[in-house]
Amino acid sequence: MGRRLTFDIFRYHPSTAGTEPRMQTFHLRETPGMNIYAALTRIREEQDPSLMFDFVCRMALCGSCGMLINGRPRLACKTFTGRLPDRITLYPLPVFRLVGDLSVDTGGWFRHVTLKTGAWLHTSRAFESSAPEERMDNETALQIYEAERCIECGCCLAACAKVHIQPGFIGAAGINRLARFMLDPRDERSAAQYFEVLGSEDGIFGCMGLMGCEDNCPKDLPLQLQLAYVRRRMAAAGFGPRGNRRK
Amino acid sequence: MSAGRTHITDVLVLGAGLAGERTAIEAAARGLEVVILSLVPPRRSHSTVAQGGLQAALGNSVMSQGDSPDLHFADTVMGADWGCDQHVVRLFVNTAPAAVRQMARWGVPWSRITAGERRLPDLTVVEEPEAAAGLINAKKFGGTTKWRTCYAADGTGHALQYALDGMVLSLGITVHDRTEAVALIRDGEKCLGAVARCLRTGELRAYLAKAVVIATGGCGRLYGLSTNSVINEGTGLSLALDTGLACLGNMEAVQFHPQTLPPTWIPVSEGGGYLLDRNLDYFMPHYQPENNKQPYRDVTARLMQERIRAGLGVESPHGPHLWLDVRHLGAEHIARQLRSLAAFCRDFAGIDPARELIPVRSVQHYVMGGVRTNIDGAAYGLKGLFAVGEAACWDLHGFNRLGGNSLAETIVAGMAVGKKAAEFALGEALHYSSALVAQHLAAQEDRVRRLIAGQNGGENVYALKKQMGQILTEHTGIFRTGSGLKTAVAALGELHQRAQRVGLVSSGRGADPELGAAMRLPGMVRLALCIACGALARTESRGTHYREDYPNRDDVNWLNRTLAYWPPGAEKPVLKYEPVRITELTPGKRATPA
Ligand SMILES: Cc1cc2nc3c(=O)[nH]c(=O)nc-3n(C[C@H](O)[C@H](O)[C@H](O)COP(=O)(O)OP(=O)(O)OC[C@H]3O[C@@H](n4cnc5c(N)ncnc54)[C@H](O)[C@@H]3O)c2cc1C
Ligand code: SF4
Ligand code: SF4
Ligand code: FES
Repeated sequence: MGRRLTFDIFRYHPSTAGTEPRMQTFHLRETPGMNIYAALTRIREEQDPSLMFDFVCRMALCGSCGMLINGRPRLACKTFTGRLPDRITLYPLPVFRLVGDLSVDTGGWFRHVTLKTGAWLHTSRAFESSAPEERMDNETALQIYEAERCIECGCCLAACAKVHIQPGFIGAAGINRLARFMLDPRDERSAAQYFEVLGSEDGIFGCMGLMGCEDNCPKDLPLQLQLAYVRRRMAAAGFGPRGNRRK
Repeated sequence: MSAGRTHITDVLVLGAGLAGERTAIEAAARGLEVVILSLVPPRRSHSTVAQGGLQAALGNSVMSQGDSPDLHFADTVMGADWGCDQHVVRLFVNTAPAAVRQMARWGVPWSRITAGERRLPDLTVVEEPEAAAGLINAKKFGGTTKWRTCYAADGTGHALQYALDGMVLSLGITVHDRTEAVALIRDGEKCLGAVARCLRTGELRAYLAKAVVIATGGCGRLYGLSTNSVINEGTGLSLALDTGLACLGNMEAVQFHPQTLPPTWIPVSEGGGYLLDRNLDYFMPHYQPENNKQPYRDVTARLMQERIRAGLGVESPHGPHLWLDVRHLGAEHIARQLRSLAAFCRDFAGIDPARELIPVRSVQHYVMGGVRTNIDGAAYGLKGLFAVGEAACWDLHGFNRLGGNSLAETIVAGMAVGKKAAEFALGEALHYSSALVAQHLAAQEDRVRRLIAGQNGGENVYALKKQMGQILTEHTGIFRTGSGLKTAVAALGELHQRAQRVGLVSSGRGADPELGAAMRLPGMVRLALCIACGALARTESRGTHYREDYPNRDDVNWLNRTLAYWPPGAEKPVLKYEPVRITELTPGKRATPA
């Protein structure tokens, strides 16, 4: 028989009147191949159906299930209990607005940053359905894809000291997202236009280079490389922290 | 709980996967106001997980040379085992190349052709000419005569969804995420909107629109074992069914993915691997004497299941499985070309595929059935209602979908249906009576109130759901028989009664997840009954629908589509049939392409 696991889980439904934040303890017998997704589903189905948490893909691709597992930001679907001690503490990710229990509004955060930074392809060229596609070098496509692999799970933000003290900071995920468009030859924005959104304390100059982001990215994105790339591009275009037009 | 606000818009799209967002963009581009509802933020939709790729006959690469929409047409119709509507297939194959190129304009980093030597998964080497360099590349998927699957590295769905969501944001389309449509607002003949429940607060709201589009994806999670995202519970389908006016097409047509990884059932595509049984015997050639490495999915899944039934599966705590062997490809090839397969094996099974065998088994993967529509995406029976994507039975896939045709369908049908829904909305004035809206809201409030008060009974929602999943997996799986299906129909009928008597364990207040599950369950059981009843009635084998007691395709009696209706208060669906439309390719032998 498997180990007897103890889960200490943060509970709070902010939109339901009359509830207070608290910790609640559950016990579960470990089964072969059990991950936190399976464990939470069982707890909800067998012990407390009011428990709120988010899973969609359960295969580390949708970014829904970020939470603090024994203090570290992790994807719950790809975290297996077998690699954890028999006492497991679960908290919602910090930084993001709490929806309830372990469920946070990462989607809202990323939507806001996408709008704030204009993180979509900017092109003035109309599409002609009969024309063949424009060519692109495969190396370039792969480089773009490498940055685009981010699943917006929020683990890097939860691990970033700067986001905690400066709520406007777009974090490594936000900078990486813009780097993706800077790499893309189809995007027509100039360095100056990128500078408008990146060249401030909320952008690249807010980063203190502490590496919490890359260490905690479940998709192993090369975040330091992307941050450095953006810094270099900004410097090459003549924009630096000194030239920062802060008001 | 208070009746919340009412939102009014031109086009209301239920679902923010690829199909929903592509439809919304098309309507918004015509100057209409569009609101999208989604259970989750759009970028977390099920579409995001599709890694393989998308079919479009671009004919760019060496292995694609000579490809054309005509070949794509023939492959799709044969794949469908002639169960599809051919005028829809024609529209689809002709539009797919432009749809792919348009996604490049919107930012998808499609993998491109590099001139020079190219090493294929079977380790042969081909030479790509200089003239093709930089064009969109293609790879091989099962069931296609030419290499036609366009891909963005190993994250095609992700790249498409992020590009489309960027467009949605840039166009200022309103998205209400964490919002679940729970009923359609309609009068006797027209759909006027939807009642929705806020998954943050539990509040009920009304959304009114001139055109309503169901883009809620598939219902794989009716089954106990599925590759699908856990939110794929088919609520959009049951919303339509519950009107008693709209109908579902071909619900018995369910696809099983041959190779998924226990116990998470994540698909691991073979990419040049061998399937082995417990004796490490490479068994596919016994069944497929000619060199057909990638037969149709339904064929592979049946062969695997037969092997397991013959006692040649490997026992495990998660049931019997077979092995997938990719070791001969070498560590370097696996790390480079099969990156996500390697990651899944490592992260979800603790396996290094370069050194170890991968356990695999077939589970539910895709539903060909859905809300029956015409070629414009307009639902049968209810004006102003449209459906698109996996939630629809537009009928591109018939009884077996080709890999890669679903992602392609989402964007092609999104264009086509979005345009038609927009045209409909432009020609329509919004007439509704506030009494009608209040009545629909009150009906849902009443459901919630009764559940919270425990007035219906004390059945446990999760226990019933589990039973439903087991019944479907056991009797409506890869192999079906008359007696098994009768058992399933009876058991599901009983479950349908019990599903009306659910009582909550929790308080049901606010955004309580158990309340949501309890509201969904009766509709889900009705969908399960549509699958089982349709399968029991169809006394032939076609594509994925395989009846052991009727192993042959029967074009004389069954070259048709099942339509399932659910009259108000009924205990079972009413089944009707309509012929499939054949315009170009008359039914013939379904050859497995090499
Ligand atoms: C693991 C896996 C891999 C796959 N790989 C491929 C592939 O390589 N190629 C291919 O062609 N196909 C593939 N498929 C199939 C393909 O991914 C899906 O068929 C397709 O993405 C469906 O898209 P959709 O937009 O119709 O639905 P989804 O992407 O499922 O979107 C449904 C949307 O509806 C919303 N929703 C659901 N119910 C409600 C409700 N009641 N109210 C409001 N909103 C609601 C959801 O939040 C979601 O936004 C794969 C499938 C799986 C399971
Ligand atoms: S390097 Fe440090 S400060 Fe900069 S984004 Fe990463 S975690 Fe935040
Ligand atoms: S960069 Fe990594 S950690 Fe940050 S949101 Fe993206 S995937 Fe998650
Ligand atoms: S559930 Fe999708 S990343 Fe974990």
